[in-house]
Amino acid sequence: MLDIIKQPWPWYIAGPLIGLIVPALLILGNKAFGISSSLRHICAACLPANIPFFKYDWKKEAWNLFFVSGVLVGGFLAAHYLNDPDPVRINPKLNAELSGYGITNHSNLVPLDLMNWQTIFTLKGFLLMIAGGFLVGFGTRYAGGCTSGHSIIGLSMLQWPSFIATCCFMIGGFIVANLILPLILSL
Amino acid sequence: MRNQSLSTINSQLSSVNSQLSSVNSQLSSEKDVRSLDAMCINESQLEHKWYHLLKYLIAGIFFGIILVKAEVISWFRIQEMFRLQSFHMYGVIGSAVITGMISVWLIKKFKVKTIYGEPVTFHPKKFDKGQVYGGLLFGFGWALTGACPGPIFAQIGTGATVVIVTLLSAIAGTWVYGLIREKLPH
Repeated sequence: MLDIIKQPWPWYIAGPLIGLIVPALLILGNKAFGISSSLRHICAACLPANIPFFKYDWKKEAWNLFFVSGVLVGGFLAAHYLNDPDPVRINPKLNAELSGYGITNHSNLVPLDLMNWQTIFTLKGFLLMIAGGFLVGFGTRYAGGCTSGHSIIGLSMLQWPSFIATCCFMIGGFIVANLILPLILSL
Repeated sequence: MRNQSLSTINSQLSSVNSQLSSVNSQLSSEKDVRSLDAMCINESQLEHKWYHLLKYLIAGIFFGIILVKAEVISWFRIQEMFRLQSFHMYGVIGSAVITGMISVWLIKKFKVKTIYGEPVTFHPKKFDKGQVYGGLLFGFGWALTGACPGPIFAQIGTGATVVIVTLLSAIAGTWVYGLIREKLPH
């Protein structure tokens, strides 16, 4: 049984389980699934700087910070107790493309060739981690939600603004992954 | 004499009234500020001890384990998705949405209440240009980092400590958005 759990979970198991987080949070306390709001609550808690957008009682949203702390703990538990020793099995085409840039280490979910404490001080690392992270934080708040808030619960509620947001997430991703990322990787 | 006392009472009343309305306006503005993004309005009127929040920690742990075991937090899986080289991510998101849709429909149909007996409420999202501009910007970041906000936390948990830098940068991005919000097209 544990061996089965340790293998990567197929989409038809993982997807419905993620979907069930939506009713779980609604029934536990009328909470709408959403992750990126936690970044806003952290700003409101640590550095509100008199900015109206951060002047609210973040403690009322503390549930969200508990939830993301849980995600971090869950990541730890899965990586240490439910770990699959095999590397991530990726599409041979992607494998060939990435090998061309010297990315051969698939032992981790994060590409260790690209993202580590040494590369962060290179231009490549700066663009992937620091600029990329900034865009994630800025973009999700500008859009009013991320993959969880728009793509999962927003679409579950049949909200067309969330559908537009989801399409834009994908368009943005397609552009950068296919046109910009190859330039960055060849730096 | 009587007239005078009446007028003092009147003026007192009006001052109480104005205080009330200012409290009211503060309350509504607090809620307005928080609801600027549709996802974060705590509707519960009940006061609970802090440890009631632990149930969200447990829900988060489940979510984190699923994210890792489904490899949704893998940079490689995200690259496959944006190159149409794998169905995996589409299957995960698609089946999550369908499950969520059925759940929301059932909650509405049977008027399911929370475990505290409060009604479950849904808030329609309003369209603004942010969903387009912000959506594109987030898409750019998603393809670079290989992580949306949930996976950032899960990746740190798996021991990829360098992702803490990505998280801090994402927090900085959110902060800068708050700073220049008024100047951006919405």
